[in-house]
Amino acid sequence: MIPRIFLLLMLLLGCAAQAAPNPVLVRQLAVEESDDKIAAIRKIALTAEPEALALLQQLADGSLKDDKGEEITLNNRVRRELEGALAVLKLIDPDVNVRYKAVKEVATNVDAAMAPMLAKARDRESDPKIRALLVEIHALATLKDEDPKIRLAAAKGLASSADPNTKAVLKAQSEPANETEVEVRRAAFQSYLAVKDRLTLAENIGRVFSGLSLGSILLLAALGLAITYGVMGVINMAHGELLMIGAYATYAMQGLFRSYFPNQVDWYLLAAVPVAFFAAAAVGVLLERTVIRWLYGRALETLLATWGLSLMLIQAARVIFGAQNVEVANPVWMSGGIEILPSIVLPLNRIVIVGFALFVLMLVWVLMNKTRLGMFVRAVTQNRAMAGCVGVPTGRIDTVAFALGAGIAGLGGVALSQIANVGPDMGQGYIVDSFMVVVLGGVGQLAGAVWAALGLGIVTKFIESWAGAVIAKIVVLVFIIMFIQKRPQGLFALKGRFVES
Amino acid sequence: MSRRNFIKATAVSIALAAAGFASLPAIAADTIKVGILHSLSGTMAISETALKETALMAIEEINAKGGVLGKKLEPVVVDPASNWPLFAEKARQLLTQDKVAVTFGCWTSVSRKSVNPVFKELNGLLFYPVQYEGEELEKNVFYTGAAPNQQAIPAVEYLMSKDGGSAKRWVLLGTDYVYPRTTNKILRAFLKSKGIAEADIMEEYTPFGHSDYQTIIAKIKKFAGEGKKTAVVSTINGDSNVPFYKELGNAGLKATDVPVVAFSVGEEELRGVDTKPLVGHLAAWNYFQSIKNPENDKFIKQYRDWAKKQKLPKAESVVTNDPMEATYIGIHMWKQAVEKAKSTDVDKVIAAMGGQTFKAPSGFTIKMDEKNHHLHRAVFIGEVKGDGQFNVVWKTKGPVKAQPWSPFIAGNDKKKDEPEGK
Repeated sequence: MIPRIFLLLMLLLGCAAQAAPNPVLVRQLAVEESDDKIAAIRKIALTAEPEALALLQQLADGSLKDDKGEEITLNNRVRRELEGALAVLKLIDPDVNVRYKAVKEVATNVDAAMAPMLAKARDRESDPKIRALLVEIHALATLKDEDPKIRLAAAKGLASSADPNTKAVLKAQSEPANETEVEVRRAAFQSYLAVKDRLTLAENIGRVFSGLSLGSILLLAALGLAITYGVMGVINMAHGELLMIGAYATYAMQGLFRSYFPNQVDWYLLAAVPVAFFAAAAVGVLLERTVIRWLYGRALETLLATWGLSLMLIQAARVIFGAQNVEVANPVWMSGGIEILPSIVLPLNRIVIVGFALFVLMLVWVLMNKTRLGMFVRAVTQNRAMAGCVGVPTGRIDTVAFALGAGIAGLGGVALSQIANVGPDMGQGYIVDSFMVVVLGGVGQLAGAVWAALGLGIVTKFIESWAGAVIAKIVVLVFIIMFIQKRPQGLFALKGRFVES
Repeated sequence: MSRRNFIKATAVSIALAAAGFASLPAIAADTIKVGILHSLSGTMAISETALKETALMAIEEINAKGGVLGKKLEPVVVDPASNWPLFAEKARQLLTQDKVAVTFGCWTSVSRKSVNPVFKELNGLLFYPVQYEGEELEKNVFYTGAAPNQQAIPAVEYLMSKDGGSAKRWVLLGTDYVYPRTTNKILRAFLKSKGIAEADIMEEYTPFGHSDYQTIIAKIKKFAGEGKKTAVVSTINGDSNVPFYKELGNAGLKATDVPVVAFSVGEEELRGVDTKPLVGHLAAWNYFQSIKNPENDKFIKQYRDWAKKQKLPKAESVVTNDPMEATYIGIHMWKQAVEKAKSTDVDKVIAAMGGQTFKAPSGFTIKMDEKNHHLHRAVFIGEVKGDGQFNVVWKTKGPVKAQPWSPFIAGNDKKKDEPEGK
C-alpha cells in the first residue's frame, strides 16, 4: 500500500519522476514469482511518467512481451496490484470517465495512510459525482484515525454510502472491541443502520428487477400461446419449437452479418426481429394448413399431433444446425450493465428484453384491438358460425391468427437467444412455463397472460432468493396446481356467453 | 462371465472352422468393437461431443498403425441424449447386441451411476474420462479423470494461499446432482478442517439446464460484501455454464474481487462465451491446451487436422481439454493392456491395466495405479485469458496418486484402496 501513497503524493505535488521505464524493467516484470513481479510493478509505478502508465497498461492488456517474444502472464494477485497502481496513476487523468473508473478502483482497497492524499484529491476534483465518491473514500480512510473527533466525523459521513464493504467496516467499528469511544460507536452504528437499509432497498430493487426480467421472458414465451391456445383454443405442443425457430433465425442472421456486413455486426439483432417473426409465422402457416386445421375442436388429437410435430421440428433443427448448442453473442450495446448502486448492476441485455417485451405486447394489443384483422379474429373465436354468416372468411382468419401466434413466438425466440442457450431442444424447457402462464392468467385473455407472467416471475425470484432455484420451481408448480383447483378459469375469466363452450 | 467366454469361444471356433468357405464370421472376427457412449444431444452435448470425436480420432490413429493384436478397431457410437436412464439402456445394447470389448463414455456422475450396474452385471469394461467426486471403486470401471484430491482440494488450497488471494469465505455453487453434492460435502469437511466457520460457507444448487443466474449472482455479491475475501467454487455442469458466465460478466463481478474456480469448465465450454469480462476466473484440471510440450503440440495438431477432415462445426477454432486428453490416454492404455494380456477378455485386460504408463499431452508420463483403477496425475490451476485459453498459475511438482475414498468423509479410512471382487 505504501508505494501507492507515495505515488499519490507525488502526483498531487506535481513531482517530476526519476527515470523512464526501460527494457530492464520489462525484464523484471517477466519473472516467475508473484512477489518479484509485484515489486517490479511498484517500482515502475513510482516513476509516475506517462511511459510508466503506458507500460503498465500494456501489461494489464496482456500485450507486453518479454525478450523471447512471449506474453508476460499475470495472476489475480498481481492483477489486483496492477489495477490499483493504474487507478492511482489515472486519478489525475483529464478524462472524467477515466477518473471515475479510477476512483471506483481505489475505493475497493482503502488504507488509513491514504487519508491526507485522498483529501487533497478530493479538494482538487471538479466533477461533483467523483467528488462525492472521494469524500466517502476519505471518510473510510479516516475511520481508524487516532483522533476520536475525526473518527466521529468519518463515522457520520459514511451514512450516505451504499457500498457493502462500508457496511462491514461500520459494523466492526460499532463493536466495543474495535472502538473505545461510546459516541463514535453510536455514530458508527447509526451509519451502519442507514447503509444497511439502503442496501436492503437496493437488494429488493434488484429482486424486483430480476423478477420483472424473468416475467418479461415468460411473457414473450407465452404471448404467442395466449393467442393460439388462449384465443383459438388450439393446444399447440409445438409452441416451444416455434420459439426455437425464432432463436435459430437470430443465429442465422448473426452468421449472415458476420460474413457479409462485418462492420455492422452489432446490429444483426434488429434485422433478426422481422426475420424471426416471418420464419416462425411461415412455419405456423404450414402447420396450420397441413395439420391443425383438420383438427379444430378435437383437443386430444390436436395435442398428440402437435406433439409429434414438435419432435419433427426438433429433429429438423438437429439435421440442419447440428445437435450441439450454437453460439449467439450479445451485441456490444447489450453487454455489460448499468450500475444503480455499488451493490446492484442491472444487466443491459435484460433491460433491453424487458423493453422488447413491452414493445411486443403493445404490438399484439394494437393488432387484436385496433385493427380489422383483430376484430375478425375475436369475432371468429367468439362465434364462428355467426362470423361466417356475416361474411368473415373464417378459414383464412384461423390461418392468419395461428401465424400471428407463431410469429410472436418467433419474437420470443429472439429474446431467448440473448440470455439462454440456443439448441434444438431449447423449446422443451419453455413449453411448460408458457402453458403455466396462459392457464394461470385465464384462457382467452391477453391481460391475464401479462399479469400471470409478471406475477410468476417476481414470485419465483423472491422464493429463489431464500430457498434456492430447485425449491422455487417446486413451490411455484404446487401453487399453480392448487390455484387451478380453486379457480379453474384462471386469474381473469372471460365474461359473456359463448356458442361453443 | 463363463457364459460370455463360452459364447466367444464358440464363435471363434465356428469362425475358424468356417474360415475356408464362409466370409461373414471372418469379417466379425477381423475387428474389435469399441463402444462410445457420449451424449451427442441435450444439455451435456456441449461437453461430451468433443469426447466422441477424440475417441474416434484415437481409434483411427491406432488403426492406421495396424490396430490391436492385428485387428482393426471398429467404433460403435450411440447417443444417450443426456438422458440418464437411456445411458443404462444404451450400455446394455452395446454389451449384449454389439458385443463391444470396451466402452469409452459418460460425463456426469449420474450417468456413470446409471451404467455401473449394467457393466457389473454383464462384466463389461468402461473407461470414464471425467473428474468426479470419488466415493466409488468399481471393478469394471477405469477412471482416467481426477479424484477430488487431484482437482478440488488443490484448487481450494490454492485460493486459500497468498497467490490465490487468501480467501476466507466460500460459496459452493453447483448443479443439483450427485457430483456437486458429494464434492461440496468433501469440500465443506475440508474447509472446516482448515478452520473456516459454518457461517462463512454458502451452498447453492440449480437444476440441470438452468439459465437464469440473476438471483444467484446477487446472492454471491451480498455474501461477498460482508468484509472477508470471498471465493466461489463452481461445480455447475453442462450448458448452464454459458448463461452463468454471461451473467457473471454482465454483473461486473471481477476475478480480482471474487474469483470463481470451476471444475467442469474448460476450453470447450468457454467457446461460446465472450471471455474478456471473465479474465482471471479459474479452472482446475490435469491438462490445459496451453501447456507447452512436444506431446501436446502433436495432440493439438492431430485434433485440429481431425476436425478439418471431419468438417466439424467451426473446425478452424477447435480446442482440446482435459477430458479429451483423459479419453485419449484411456484408449491408448487399454490398447497397451490388451497387447500385454494378448486378449480382449475383460478380466485379463483389467489385470493387465495396473501399472500401465503413457506419455501424455499434459507433459508427464502418466501411470495407472497398480490397484485403485485411477491414474496418477499432475494438477494444474489456470486462469481464463481473453482468448478463452487458460494461463497456468499453479501446478503440482509431479503426478499425484488418486484417493477415490476422500479422507474428509467419515468412515472412508476403513475402505480398501482396491475394487471389491478383484
